[in-house]
Amino acid sequence: MSRNALLTSVIFAVLCALAMVSLLAGRVWLNPSEVLRGLFFPGTQLPSLIVLQLRLPRAVLAILVGAALGLSGAVLQGLTRNPLAEPGLLGVSSGAALGAVIAIYFGLAAASSAIIPFLGLLGALAAVTLTFSLGGGRGTLALILAGAAVSALTSALISLALNLAPSPYAAYEIMTWLLGSLADRSWDHVVLAAPFILAGCALLFIAGRSLDALTLGEAQAESLGVDLTRLRAMTLIGTALAVGAATSVAGAIGFIGLVAPHLVRPFVGYQPRRVLVPAALAGAVLLLTADIATRLIHFGPEMKLGVFTSLLGTPFFFWLVLRLKGTSP
Amino acid sequence: MTTLEALRVSVKRGGRAILDDVSLRAEGGSFVAVIGPNGAGKSTLLMTLAGLMRSDSGSITINDRPLTAFSSLELARTRSYLPQNPRCEWPIPVASLVALGLTPTLPLFGDLPEAHRRRVAEVLAAFDLLDRSGQAATTLSGGELTRAMLARALVGDPDILIVDEPVAGLDPRHTLDTVRRLAELAKSGKLVIAAVHDLTLAARYATRILALNHGRVAADGPPDRMLDTDLLRSVFQVEARIGGVAGGAFVDYLAPTGERS
Repeated sequence: MSRNALLTSVIFAVLCALAMVSLLAGRVWLNPSEVLRGLFFPGTQLPSLIVLQLRLPRAVLAILVGAALGLSGAVLQGLTRNPLAEPGLLGVSSGAALGAVIAIYFGLAAASSAIIPFLGLLGALAAVTLTFSLGGGRGTLALILAGAAVSALTSALISLALNLAPSPYAAYEIMTWLLGSLADRSWDHVVLAAPFILAGCALLFIAGRSLDALTLGEAQAESLGVDLTRLRAMTLIGTALAVGAATSVAGAIGFIGLVAPHLVRPFVGYQPRRVLVPAALAGAVLLLTADIATRLIHFGPEMKLGVFTSLLGTPFFFWLVLRLKGTSP
Repeated sequence: MTTLEALRVSVKRGGRAILDDVSLRAEGGSFVAVIGPNGAGKSTLLMTLAGLMRSDSGSITINDRPLTAFSSLELARTRSYLPQNPRCEWPIPVASLVALGLTPTLPLFGDLPEAHRRRVAEVLAAFDLLDRSGQAATTLSGGELTRAMLARALVGDPDILIVDEPVAGLDPRHTLDTVRRLAELAKSGKLVIAAVHDLTLAARYATRILALNHGRVAADGPPDRMLDTDLLRSVFQVEARIGGVAGGAFVDYLAPTGERS
């Protein structure tokens, strides 16, 4: 078995174990036999309902969202050859957040639970379109700067929505949503988000070979037959679909996309294509772990998932910056 | 035999002609050294010949087929291009770096097929890199990295090799080694086009020298005719002395033209 396959199987095993734990853990602790009975002999008893209606969709969402974030982080870091790149960088996350905030602000969410994810996805696509039309086709640095500008714009609009919120309750709802959470998510959310996340991930996986060629820089990648404009468009659309859908069901969750690729990269020889699958799995592991932790740590109200990942992710960010200071020319 | 032909090629950027009416016909087996002062359009010419930059007028053909008729993958299999100071952005092993040269022949997913792996080992051996194959490419010395990049460019066995200043920043030993490798490749039937700043080296190893100045061809011919003090004065604006005899000639720069010496 190659090192790559070994790493992938190890992370996959950890992910399966964590998925099991996430079915056990929570306000009501279940024992494994209750969980198994709940899974395979669905009924109307409480344990079965908790497992099938509350914890299983939550675990599935955590895995999907974590994988989307980890994979798009790995692809964006490969595309920009910048170890600090992540989905937030291109304005995707904040675009999705803005879409969702608009839905909450105008009270559209009351009409149908599908409105928030739908507008979130639309926001992500709009942000990516703007980023790409501003910075596409003019090199990777232009793309990063365009992403920063779009992020700044969407953040300003989110602040505006908070500022002008019609009632304190609406402002509170927006704030809570922005903090990110997987609590009280149902199969409806899974059904809404999964197709987009999976389609986006498929687009991102296809980019692997071209990302490898980009290790040699843009001129050599192009000379090897890589169509850079198409590659940028594909990764942006893939990220918008995967992260847009993920953000619109789970809220803004930072740092998973940044951290996951770094955790696996040294084990696969740094080759961008080989980072993709392990990074997606590592993202799922990280988010599932964080979600379990939010259920177990109590300071009064449940800690929000996005807050937790940011608190843990920021020191890692500091460490990355310090390390870069030492190594980059 | 491979023929690369550029016919009255012009490239304009920002209203200025970077290449102006450049024509060139070169065949497999030759090593064309492109010389010229900074800003003469050498890099633009090489990128245009490689099909990486659109020309505004004129045509470029490989074996009488216009470059525009090639798909990017076909072109990638026919010619290799190395930019100035090529860099490796991730610390991948040298063998993986070299294998990237096979990208245009690989399927979308999966690892290197066995035949490809043998080819990579073969090229690593030819470029004296076998003992470095597992080392991170970012830790190579300048000379080793140049060899690794040349190996990367040749692993796909292209007919045409276009290299922009392959010996910039190399010590004399690695400079000689690199230029001799290019000359050997040309002898084996490939067409090698390289931008070179060292006229003595170009004269000794190239089969032909093309001098560019202000985007135009200032002179084009076999090396022994090109080492000429009048030509050096008009193209590089330097006073120079040519020593030695044909085949072993060398250039000694004396002073910038127009300066009292």
